Amino acid sequence: MAKRLSVVDVERCVDCLLCAQACARRFGEGGLARSAIAVRSAGGVERGFVVVVCRACADPPCLHACPVGAIEKAPVGVRVVLDRCIGCKACVGACTIGAVGWDEGGGKPVICVHCGLCARFCPYGVLALEEVEGG
Amino acid sequence: MDRFLPRVLRVDLTRKRSWVEERPDLFRDRIGGTGAAIELLHELCPAGADPLGPENPIVFAVGALSALYPLASKTVALFKSPHTGNLGESHCGGRTAFALRLAGYGALVVEGRSDVPVYLSIHDGGVRFRDARTLWGMGSSVTVGRILRDVEPGSGYRTILRIGRAGERGVTYAAAIAETYRHFGRLGLGAVFGSKNLKAIVLSGKGAIPVAEMGRYQKLYRGLHERAVRSDLMKKYHELGTAQNVGPLNEMGALPVRNLQATRYSEEPAFSGERLAQGYLGRRLACAGCPVACIHLAALREPHPEEPYFYKTTFVSYDHEPLYALGAMLGVEEAAGVLKMIDAVGHVGLDAMTAGVVLAWATEAFDRGLITERETGGLRPRWGDVAVYGEMVRRIADRESEFYRILGEGVRAAAERYGGAEFALHLGGNEMPGYHTGPGALLTYLSGARHSHLDSAGYAVDQDLLRRGEELAPADLARRLVEEEARRQVLSSLVVCFFARGLYDLPTVAACLGALGDDWDEGRLRNLGAEVLRRKHAFKVREGFDLGTVSIPERAVTTPAPGGAVDERYLRRALAEMERWLEGDDGMEG
Repeated sequence: MAKRLSVVDVERCVDCLLCAQACARRFGEGGLARSAIAVRSAGGVERGFVVVVCRACADPPCLHACPVGAIEKAPVGVRVVLDRCIGCKACVGACTIGAVGWDEGGGKPVICVHCGLCARFCPYGVLALEEVEGG
Repeated sequence: MDRFLPRVLRVDLTRKRSWVEERPDLFRDRIGGTGAAIELLHELCPAGADPLGPENPIVFAVGALSALYPLASKTVALFKSPHTGNLGESHCGGRTAFALRLAGYGALVVEGRSDVPVYLSIHDGGVRFRDARTLWGMGSSVTVGRILRDVEPGSGYRTILRIGRAGERGVTYAAAIAETYRHFGRLGLGAVFGSKNLKAIVLSGKGAIPVAEMGRYQKLYRGLHERAVRSDLMKKYHELGTAQNVGPLNEMGALPVRNLQATRYSEEPAFSGERLAQGYLGRRLACAGCPVACIHLAALREPHPEEPYFYKTTFVSYDHEPLYALGAMLGVEEAAGVLKMIDAVGHVGLDAMTAGVVLAWATEAFDRGLITERETGGLRPRWGDVAVYGEMVRRIADRESEFYRILGEGVRAAAERYGGAEFALHLGGNEMPGYHTGPGALLTYLSGARHSHLDSAGYAVDQDLLRRGEELAPADLARRLVEEEARRQVLSSLVVCFFARGLYDLPTVAACLGALGDDWDEGRLRNLGAEVLRRKHAFKVREGFDLGTVSIPERAVTTPAPGGAVDERYLRRALAEMERWLEGDDGMEG
């Protein structure tokens, strides 16, 4: 059964960024350059946070926006075929929630693959992998 | 060591220029943080510099572990302190360390003085000098933060450091504030900003850091993360935050109350960690890279004074030290009163701890007739009266009259002008922290080279000795304190939050550095800690500090600590031993 990463309780988010750090470690590096998940304040930290990550749309706008077919449907979410990607950023603009990140160094998009590594490091249960219907 | 850490971003406000210097020597031999920054300060700050002159540099530094390991979440700032006239060292959490490290720098040095108010906008390798004339003089530092949040890029991976009016006007204990709720609080960094016509620094960074041995690093990270999240080592910071100290200190009679005329309230204070959590806790936050989330925000809901059915809800960050200084020291009985005071000092950008001790001195001086309404401008300071204290905070920040100008230089200056030195609670010019636990605490306040009680192991050693019913000879206590202090220099060079000191013993530190390709062992780390401590002491001595003649306020030795009144002769003997160690005359390598 396929699983999707979900933001299950954003009220418990404390802005520690451990999720984003964990995501970047997948690429064998520290920092945040290639993290596919981002956290920003909802207009001042006292108002809480917005966790921005791919929500695995059934019909993903990013896929339709890509002029060279470098974004393909995956069992959950999408997959970027990096060799085909021309780095035009059309996908970045197409995502309504801003969940297509950008790797400045590599000049390619970064999109969550729903592996759930970030959820394992979230200390307060903000993130979880959830079963997807029909997945 | 990765290739980014040794990069020092230098900014000259006088000539509006910036450049990057490579300093592998500092970051290889001194790890970073305090270790690297003290060398930069020795190099860049001329002897006898005016702390509020353009020649006083501000050095921000992070270290090898920053943004890579759990709780390596702090930034160190070093400068010559306008408050004490010697070493200014302050540490701050929030997002500053992440932003600086992931912008690709190990340190940021700000020098000179701008001819007009500016703020620095540092993104994507570029430094811009932006006009801050519109922000200058603004009533609240919180508003400044709101504006910069909107006009600057980098949301989610930036830090916004700013000062309030107190910093603009040179109050010697003005703070620099990060992310609204975290502070470079002590020793006057805000005034140094102000003297440079520097209102704020907005800095963003989200780059990559190459890791030499990824497998080893991941394993160490997981282990430290597990211990931080699951073990009891961090539990007290998790649940109630540092405010959890208020209750126990009150119970043992170690909480300075009403200018240390007393050491406890008759009952649990209304602002203990438990009671604040029940009545006010509104949100918890973490510094970037820390799973603990010790930052506790109270939601303070108040009716509008004139308009019915209008309320304002203010978020106030509370910790033990502001609760002590703006609560217990001022004899405040209501939780809401303390929260209002913390909020008030945040708006104008004063150090909460010093502000509380200053107001406490003023209250006692008023009681004793050393000052009158003529000095206070018609105000009658009275224990617990937060309406009057709030107005005094505003007048101190605005340097409204001679009296408030002097209060803006701390209790040492106030006592020199008006008397009352015996109850002016400063140690070497820095106002006391919120632990009256015994000789250990006092010794480390007197000898310390860092912001607050985090300075030292003093209060923990006091409590440990009390539990065991032990007493140490002065030389033994001195040695224990100074050796622990040396170890903490390693943490502040990495830069790891001191709340994680239980996680990062020296073998663990060596292993963490090893995964990053740096070869260290316990012995070398120990020597580094001693060397850094001595270099800091040397800076203080260069600027006129003398541990042999530092004054000890009478009140601190006459008001009994839990183990009884502290004997001043005991303190002097211990200080002499500490000085011997710090000057390197004890035969120990360093």
